[in-house]
Amino acid sequence: MKIGLFIPCYIDAFYPNAGVATLELLEKLGQDVEYPMEQTCCGQPMANSGCNRDAASAEALFVKLFAKYDAIVMPSGSCTHHVRDNFDAIPQTDEVRHVRENTFELVEFLHDVLKVDNFPWAEFPHKVGLHNSCGTLRALRTASMSELGEPFFSKPMDLLSKVKGISFAHPKRPDECCGFGGTFSVTEEAVSAKMGVDKVTDHHNAGAEYIVSADTSCMMHQQGCAERAGVPIRFIHIAEILNGARE
Amino acid sequence: MKVKPVNHAKAAEEFIDDVAHESFHDERLWDLRQKRDEQMHILPEWQELRTRASQIKEHTLANLPEYLEQFEANAKKNGIHVHWAADGAEHNRIVGEILEKHGAKSLIKSKSMVTEECQMREYLEPRGVTVTETDLGERIQQLDNQMPSHIVVPAVHKLIPDVAKIFAEHYHTDPNDNSAQSLAWQQRLAARPVILSADAGMTGGNFVVAETGSFVVCTNEGNADLSATVPGLHIATIGIERLVPRMADMGVFIRLLSRSALGSPITQYTTHFRGPQKGSEMHVVLVDNGRSHRLGMQDFWTSLKCIRCGACMNTCPVYRRSGGLSYGAVYSGPIGAIIDPTFNERKYSTLPFASTMNGSCTNVCPVKINIHEQLYKWRRVLAEHHELPFVKREIMHMAGKLMGQPKLYRAAINGTEVALSTMPRFVLYNWLNPWGKHRELPHPVKTTFNSWYKKNRLNKQKEGEKA
Repeated sequence: MKIGLFIPCYIDAFYPNAGVATLELLEKLGQDVEYPMEQTCCGQPMANSGCNRDAASAEALFVKLFAKYDAIVMPSGSCTHHVRDNFDAIPQTDEVRHVRENTFELVEFLHDVLKVDNFPWAEFPHKVGLHNSCGTLRALRTASMSELGEPFFSKPMDLLSKVKGISFAHPKRPDECCGFGGTFSVTEEAVSAKMGVDKVTDHHNAGAEYIVSADTSCMMHQQGCAERAGVPIRFIHIAEILNGARE
Repeated sequence: MKVKPVNHAKAAEEFIDDVAHESFHDERLWDLRQKRDEQMHILPEWQELRTRASQIKEHTLANLPEYLEQFEANAKKNGIHVHWAADGAEHNRIVGEILEKHGAKSLIKSKSMVTEECQMREYLEPRGVTVTETDLGERIQQLDNQMPSHIVVPAVHKLIPDVAKIFAEHYHTDPNDNSAQSLAWQQRLAARPVILSADAGMTGGNFVVAETGSFVVCTNEGNADLSATVPGLHIATIGIERLVPRMADMGVFIRLLSRSALGSPITQYTTHFRGPQKGSEMHVVLVDNGRSHRLGMQDFWTSLKCIRCGACMNTCPVYRRSGGLSYGAVYSGPIGAIIDPTFNERKYSTLPFASTMNGSCTNVCPVKINIHEQLYKWRRVLAEHHELPFVKREIMHMAGKLMGQPKLYRAAINGTEVALSTMPRFVLYNWLNPWGKHRELPHPVKTTFNSWYKKNRLNKQKEGEKA
């Protein structure tokens, strides 16, 4: 299986470590991974703002670069959600359909496709609070949702539980949105920031040393909120822990 | 003159700045959401009920004219006068005429969002009719000259001292009264004489049953029953989407309504009105006011399934922080954000953006309205109709172009040594300025992932090939 690696713009520019960890992890698991150098963006920011037509060139480029791979993997739930569920600014050719059907968020790829059941190199002796982005939680359904009353399951927690020394903090509002919401974080900055502060405070009060997530955009926002409000908590992408980061 | 779009962001910011109100509002509504969850866990058939409710509503809406006619015929048989109002103005005129015919000068009314939609009070009061809200929360809002901020708990954004102040002003009570119980008692003392002497009573209708020509009103204070039965004239104002076909369907909706709204198994009062009392008159005004237009909107017609429980508002993290009044509309919260633009696309063009589209609203909706997906679709519609601010539209247009051109994009990111300083330009242009008002910016890094990959994978590969 030939994997195309997509690294979203936020990770590329601000959190390259999360990208490196994703790549190294897939390589450790014996995967044949390539990163097409010309990649830019999946089109989500434009589409979410209502400017769907403006997403067309990004989507076309995405398909051009990734259609040749058996699977496209990305360390981002919301980008995966865009490609899978809303990627329709361009005509839906066979190539586009192939890309949409074979794009995976990293956690679901590890959990559902590769079915990884141990990470012998990983040890993280810390208490972590898991943040599921709304994209991974409610759109990709990588975990159970409290509103539906369904039996508990959590793919990211399944994976993290295989890491030595890790323990979990349980916030009071486990699947409440952190308030990032793409351009919402800027156009509705006051509400967004308040939601972010509430979210990190909830994790901190539950005893979390770290917030771990499969979505860097949520964490960028939460980190900004925590630093401004003086909430002492650290942030780490799930790929980094699974790849063996100690802190 | 063009109407200005509601500035939700600004109103929300003001609400948040008032820490005591904001945190109470958030906690209070989250509490309702948790109570709702508890009720859901008690009923193993919860999801089945939601599916059934959604199906009944979709079926009814798909056959709405037939069911409306069936209701009209049966209601008339029961002795109810049935009226049809195409819009708010017609509704107000009809109500005004009924009151005039009876020489009615005082109207007591229990909760009805439709009359808010029609601005009925503003129509009747200059014509010499006093209108008194009998629901405690609605009354508080009426005295304070504000719209309801929530469909079910209209004054939820107020603290006890706020109410004490309002009552002191209007009822001459103690402005420092800090007891909810005693304030409620003051309202009772003030309202009872008005209720007992009213010329006419008005209610809404939560459900209208076609098969029986009857309608159902659900309240917790019993005020609707007083409004409906004390005066000899009962007018019920009801939106045409409130129909269900059969009495047997009511079991599904009654079980869902209060559990979704407040987390209580049922409302304190669930009253079936089937016809006038002896010597009284009963009128039902069926109001369209844009509903049939909405029914024709392919992506948005299912919003008419709404049974007005407010669960989407209680769960909405944005609503909880911004307060209902920030939406500047009769209907606030997630459901408001998808309904309001059908009343006035420009005025409410900002509301579908007052959401992170996290999807919690869709999950709690008892009739399974895909609220967050409709928010997403509204954004497209509004962008196509040029209801986006110019700057935002242009930024997205430029960003879209840039994202299609790898070399320009790469130049934008790698343009300087530190990615941070150029990042805002290509994603959000100068939009990250507001980001920093309440948050720290992301930390600069030494290298982008792209450069790292080039150095650590591509170049090493080439070295390998050379060797």
